[in-house]
Amino acid sequence: MVKKIFVLVILVFFAVMLLPLAKDLTPFQELSPVAKKYVEDGPDELGGANLVTSVIVTYRGLDTLGEVAVLFIAAAGVGFFLRKDGKSNESKKRSSSQILQSGTTFLFPLILVFGVYIFLHGHLTPGGGFQGGVVIASGIVLLLLSRVATKINTTILHLVESLSGAAYITIGVLGLVLAAGFLDNRFLDLGEFGTLLSAGAIPLIYSFIGLKVGAELVGIIDNMQKDQQ
Amino acid sequence: MTLITILGLALIMIGLWGMLTQRNIIKIIIGFSIVDTGVHLIMVSIGYLKDRTAPILDGAVDKTEALSKVVDPIPSALVLTAIVIGLAVTALMLSYAIKLYEKKGTLDINDFKELKW
Repeated sequence: MVKKIFVLVILVFFAVMLLPLAKDLTPFQELSPVAKKYVEDGPDELGGANLVTSVIVTYRGLDTLGEVAVLFIAAAGVGFFLRKDGKSNESKKRSSSQILQSGTTFLFPLILVFGVYIFLHGHLTPGGGFQGGVVIASGIVLLLLSRVATKINTTILHLVESLSGAAYITIGVLGLVLAAGFLDNRFLDLGEFGTLLSAGAIPLIYSFIGLKVGAELVGIIDNMQKDQQ
Repeated sequence: MTLITILGLALIMIGLWGMLTQRNIIKIIIGFSIVDTGVHLIMVSIGYLKDRTAPILDGAVDKTEALSKVVDPIPSALVLTAIVIGLAVTALMLSYAIKLYEKKGTLDINDFKELKW
């Protein structure tokens, strides 16, 4: 009973604290000055049609680097907590149904290609490295569900993850040396606006982010799946 | 005062209620995810401008008229970041839960008394 009252008091406190946010928030009529600059100069400055991508990869590129680092630490944490010493004891698993197996045979390559498409076109359409990486990881989940005996080669996984992470930093430093600053995309030709090979290094950076995120999430899934055995 | 902000607040309160009252650790993690979603909704609604479209320039939105036609790209970028971080944190919490279950064979939060005083 005391606990229930306590919970109620906390919830009321939070509601009172957060209510002004909802009540006094008047919808903005125009863009904020910073956003105005990004929208006005972004397309000509960086050559990316998707302004959200321009903000994430270049204007706030350092934040994204931090985000990738957080994701890496979380993946490392999952690996640390769920690690298995020695060889895993093989338990018998029920094989999946025919429908799931046939469906996976058909869908798995398509999902992988779709993920690659999403992160390659991050500077043109809604999407990007994080979304593409998650799509690739979801394809791997499907594979693990249908082919229960599948073993993921962790060496290749770690190799992809470390190499794409290193390439991401290298591109950032290249921007520092050859262009105006860290993660500047303009050291490559900006190309024709709105085409695949445009926006300088943005597609390159986002592809590496996509590979890294995909490899990390597959690593998390692999760790959790191994732990069940 | 927009509908989305109120819905976001409602989600935050529901998630907090879940985190405070539920005993099952998995349910507490679900509560956390609901709070996360509420925060994302509020952030997106702050950047939203009425009758405008996504900040992607293509056939529909020309470069020259972008200023009067697109919403704020910064909150969208922030929310994208927050979603990925939320995913990572949820995965980490679930692995804690797996480990706790291996140690004690239960997911009831009341059975973990080590940090109680």
